[in-house]
Amino acid sequence: MNEPMLFLPLIPLLPFVGFLLNGVLGSKLPKALVSTIALAFPLASFALVARAAWMVYSGLALPVIEHGAPEWIVFGAVHIGFGLALDQLTLVMLLVITGVGFLIHLYSVGYMEHEQGYWRYFAYLNLFLFFMTVLVLASNFLLMFVGWEGVGLASYLLIGFYIDRRSAGDAGKKAFVVNRIGDFGFLIAMFLLLGSFGTLNFSEVAAQLAGHAAISGGVVTLICLCLLLGATGKSAQIPLYIWLPDAMEGPTPVSALIHAATMVTAGVYMIARAHALFDLSPTALLVVAILGTATAFFAATVAMVQTDIKRVLAYSTISQLGYMFLGCGVGAYSAAVFHLMTHAFFKALLFLAAGSVIHGLGGEQDLRRMGGLRKQMPVTFWTMTAAVLAIAGFFPFAGFFSKDAILAAAFQHGVSGKALWTVGLTTALLTSFYMFRLWYLTFLGESRADGPADSPANGHGSAHAGHAHESPWIMLTPLVVLAALSVCGGWIGMERFGAFLAPVTGGVQAAAGDGGQIEMMLSALAVLVAAAGWFVAHSIYGRARNDRANASLALPRRVLERKYWVDEIYVAGIVRPLEGLARYGLGWVGEWTLVRGSAWLLAGVASLSGEFLRRWQSGNLRSYAAWLTAAAAILLIFVLAGTLFGINGFADTIHWAVR
Amino acid sequence: MDNVILSLILLVPLAGAALILLLPERGKLPAWIALLDSLLTFLCTLHLPAHFAGGRGGFQFEENVLWLSHPRISYHLGVDGLSLWLVVLVGLLAPVGVVASWKTIGSRSKVFYALFLLQQTAMVGVFVSLDLMLYYGFWELSLIPIVILTAMFGRNLGESSAVKAALRFFLYTFIPSAPLLVALLWLYAHTGSFDYTTLQAAIASGSLPARQLGWVSVAFLLAFAVKVPVLGLHGWLADTFSEAPVAIAMIAAGKLGLYSLIRFHVALFPALAREAAPWMIGFAVVGILYGALLALVQKDFWKLLAYATLSSLSFCTLGIYGFTISGMNGALLQTVNEGIIGAALFLMFGVLFDSRRTSQLGEFGGVAQKAPRLAALFVIASLALIGLPLLNGFVGEFLVLAGTFNGVSKGWAAVAALGVIFSAAYMLRMIQMVFLGEPTANSHGHAVRELSWRETVTVGGLAVLMLAIGVMPTVWTSTMEPALQSAFKVSSAENAVPAAAESGAGMMHAMGESR
Amino acid sequence: MNTAVPAEWYLILSAALFTLGVVGFLIKRSLISIFMSIELMLNAVNLSFVTFAHEWHAVKGQIFVFFVMMVAAAEAAVGLAILISIFRARGTLTVDQIDLMKL
Repeated sequence: MNEPMLFLPLIPLLPFVGFLLNGVLGSKLPKALVSTIALAFPLASFALVARAAWMVYSGLALPVIEHGAPEWIVFGAVHIGFGLALDQLTLVMLLVITGVGFLIHLYSVGYMEHEQGYWRYFAYLNLFLFFMTVLVLASNFLLMFVGWEGVGLASYLLIGFYIDRRSAGDAGKKAFVVNRIGDFGFLIAMFLLLGSFGTLNFSEVAAQLAGHAAISGGVVTLICLCLLLGATGKSAQIPLYIWLPDAMEGPTPVSALIHAATMVTAGVYMIARAHALFDLSPTALLVVAILGTATAFFAATVAMVQTDIKRVLAYSTISQLGYMFLGCGVGAYSAAVFHLMTHAFFKALLFLAAGSVIHGLGGEQDLRRMGGLRKQMPVTFWTMTAAVLAIAGFFPFAGFFSKDAILAAAFQHGVSGKALWTVGLTTALLTSFYMFRLWYLTFLGESRADGPADSPANGHGSAHAGHAHESPWIMLTPLVVLAALSVCGGWIGMERFGAFLAPVTGGVQAAAGDGGQIEMMLSALAVLVAAAGWFVAHSIYGRARNDRANASLALPRRVLERKYWVDEIYVAGIVRPLEGLARYGLGWVGEWTLVRGSAWLLAGVASLSGEFLRRWQSGNLRSYAAWLTAAAAILLIFVLAGTLFGINGFADTIHWAVR
Repeated sequence: MDNVILSLILLVPLAGAALILLLPERGKLPAWIALLDSLLTFLCTLHLPAHFAGGRGGFQFEENVLWLSHPRISYHLGVDGLSLWLVVLVGLLAPVGVVASWKTIGSRSKVFYALFLLQQTAMVGVFVSLDLMLYYGFWELSLIPIVILTAMFGRNLGESSAVKAALRFFLYTFIPSAPLLVALLWLYAHTGSFDYTTLQAAIASGSLPARQLGWVSVAFLLAFAVKVPVLGLHGWLADTFSEAPVAIAMIAAGKLGLYSLIRFHVALFPALAREAAPWMIGFAVVGILYGALLALVQKDFWKLLAYATLSSLSFCTLGIYGFTISGMNGALLQTVNEGIIGAALFLMFGVLFDSRRTSQLGEFGGVAQKAPRLAALFVIASLALIGLPLLNGFVGEFLVLAGTFNGVSKGWAAVAALGVIFSAAYMLRMIQMVFLGEPTANSHGHAVRELSWRETVTVGGLAVLMLAIGVMPTVWTSTMEPALQSAFKVSSAENAVPAAAESGAGMMHAMGESR
Repeated sequence: MNTAVPAEWYLILSAALFTLGVVGFLIKRSLISIFMSIELMLNAVNLSFVTFAHEWHAVKGQIFVFFVMMVAAAEAAVGLAILISIFRARGTLTVDQIDLMKL
């Protein structure tokens, strides 16, 4: 076989064309044409990816590298280009991105039908696909950074899609700025890489690492930690997770695509991509694992008490991303990517189903005002059920396999691994609990549509519908497809998936252990835990109508409802001091005393000396004449003194002045 | 053609100015003449890159005519990779300035456009002069129209009037010009020449008295640093941005000073500039954060733009005084970028201001709904300013920061890189306050108007340029780099230019951490 | 013709004329008189120019005299015009009362 063309550059460029068409002309085109453009280009991309997958399946050797353009930035002797590379990891990511991406585009056609700025929405969505595919196709860190920042931009635009809502603008801004903090880490990591390796190419860095076993741990750890800072920003991990719950201000399909299935997993992808570095730094890996586990647990606790359906899912996403980080941290990159994939299926499904509920209720997002929707929205109910079972980790749904793989890998990872595993298992209990809580509150019981109305108005749908209705087929089709994937997505099995990814991520750690019995026990334990979570949720929410607060738990509940006051702490600890420094420290002290003050000082000296000198300027012509004459006389005497006494006074004086 | 093109570029705006003054002020006639004339000039400047022999240093399109034999002043013009794109930039910005003034300048438009074109000649002159006296003449000439136009056509906002702003600009820029002249005369007295290459060789030979030469270089540095402006000398910036007409404000800061810093400080006094470098790097890094933090809390968008400009120009200063070829390359590219982005932002701010007669951010809101084209283009320009990859600002910042990080100091570079966080914060804050949210009716009751077709084409063109530079920066940097290499070859032999060192591992010690 | 008047005499005359001019310039109060004193000084200088030119057979000095005369003529024209307009505006030519230029 003779180097078949995969047309890799076209995969990102096609959605970009869609973005340009809709972005420039969209406002003047009819809606149907906008939808056609918006759907056709991602579909074409997906077709290219599917074709590539087929060729790989039939024996194409990976990785394939194709160049979009020879060079982009030249830094000294380092030429950084638009190189695109397709390997197993990228292929998995691309399938998820373009596949799920296309389904969500399809769903959006129904969901966004009545929104103003329909064209704008699809332009942004296509732009997102462009940057996301660039991110995963990039063959070097800098090009990855392009996608990395670009998806942040698309996310910003889509979160702030409802441009007339102040909270949406706030949320978008917060997301972008917090992500920029992460990007700062990414930038520094790239500078360090340039300094230590003289290249930003993934393959060259890996080759140098393999060749030079002696590269010191210190620099590598620093690089890894900087990369990790970037990853925590994009993937919403502690300490930079705060933007993701707020990002739910965006339209729900956006939450599904960007803030659940694809963009937020970029951090996991990046760590897996840079695993050659991380493998050399046990410290960094440990930090990754601890951060991931802590985030998983922490977010799960917060998710238990949220009342906004999308916020529950947002915290759930943070928690699941924590699992993926845990997987990376214990070296089970393929398990993390496996969970990334299954998570993309069921979390996208959860969001889309939630969107269907919101759509059906005319914009209601408060769990306390839902209930009893099982009858009115059967398709949504059943697909959602599949997703809930999947995320809770019931056999044989997709989430079971991937979560199990991560937990098993953690369990086999020494002493620290056992501790992490314990927390992870507890988190699984919490996960199961809050997901079934959501499930009960939304679909079972009786309708509480006239319940407490303290939730703010939101963008989707203006009037509260009198009664709930099922969504149109164009929204339900993606639900059904994703439900099928949530059920079967894990059947491929960790071993086969790991073997497929092995050329990229190294050996299959999770399945390597021969302790078949231990694994069976762990799996059984996980399912038991999930069932326990369901049981607790059932006993609290299964019968009772409302989300009653247990009086004895008031304090912890309040802590959770306020999300541990993290936002407030950040504002009080970082944002306000910086603003104070800028306004008072720099604005008053700096600008007024130093900059203006020094200018005033100079001006004062000038005007004071002018005040003194102006006395000569008496206005009396004869006094001027007298000064003139006197000066002329002095000069004359000077010159005469020179000629008479042999002193060349004039020349000497000039000479003295210059010297 | 090649041997008169530079004179042509100098003369066309001058002829346009004369034509405007001769013809009567009827309707939009002066504006049309200025537009056509500046477009013609732009076409002329495009001749330069089209016929520029790339890949080598040294001056091209040279013209050298003896003007006065005593003192020996020549009409010596020339362009190298350093100034090439700056000349084109001036050519590009002139029509943009005319378009930006189109609706603002009503009465006395003859004076406005004539002086505007005169300013253009002066700026081109600064970039192409190779005789220092000629350079000095153009340098001074470039300041005068700014002062007059600010005073005559200013906005007269708030407590500070346009005349005050003009006076402040005048004092800030003219006072340091006096020591510059003295320093030039001193050089002439000791070398008998104002010619750039002669002086460069003379200074490099080390035959001039060292102590006085130090003061001479300080005089040069001071004059240019005020014009950039460098932190601490930026007292004129906010006032000029607030008061000056848009077309003037967009050319007042940045490129003249930065170009002069590279050509007439760093390349002319390499050894002395190295001694000043630690200070300049310190000022630059602090300036990045200082400007960014202040921009974060401004309530007035002209002031916000002023501090944002201070911040992003400090990136250029950082690149220049890092003494790495990549850093300088990035700084030079960023100078061009800054001109393009600043012009677009200024034009759009001008539209906002003229619609509402206020620059208070709090009085705006929801503009995106009324003026979607304006909002979209504004967001693109903002993203370029804050360095989004694939737009031009990123390339410059990346080169500067990477060069500084690996060639100068990790610590300073990391602190400077914090600027990327703040820049996002202040630009997005402004976008939110102006463009998002519910449309507000302000006290004057004026709605914000959409961009006219002329403005849309102009800003759209600039936006395309931002994308082009962001995607294909090598088109620009490949002509800049040889010029930078050769500009420093003359006298920086004692400290090998770390371009070669930038590639491999273990290069970090090249300049030492202390810089 | 060695009976010519020695050059010193011319110079002494020139100096005397110049001193007269200076004194007049300093003590007179009428602008007209001050103006005439200035003319006197100019012509005193002219006289020494011509003297030296003749003494050293150099034509440059005589050329300078023409320059000075030209300047003096221009000055007279412009100056007198200014004087007339000042007189019209203020009704006086006494220098002590014309001090508007004072800061």
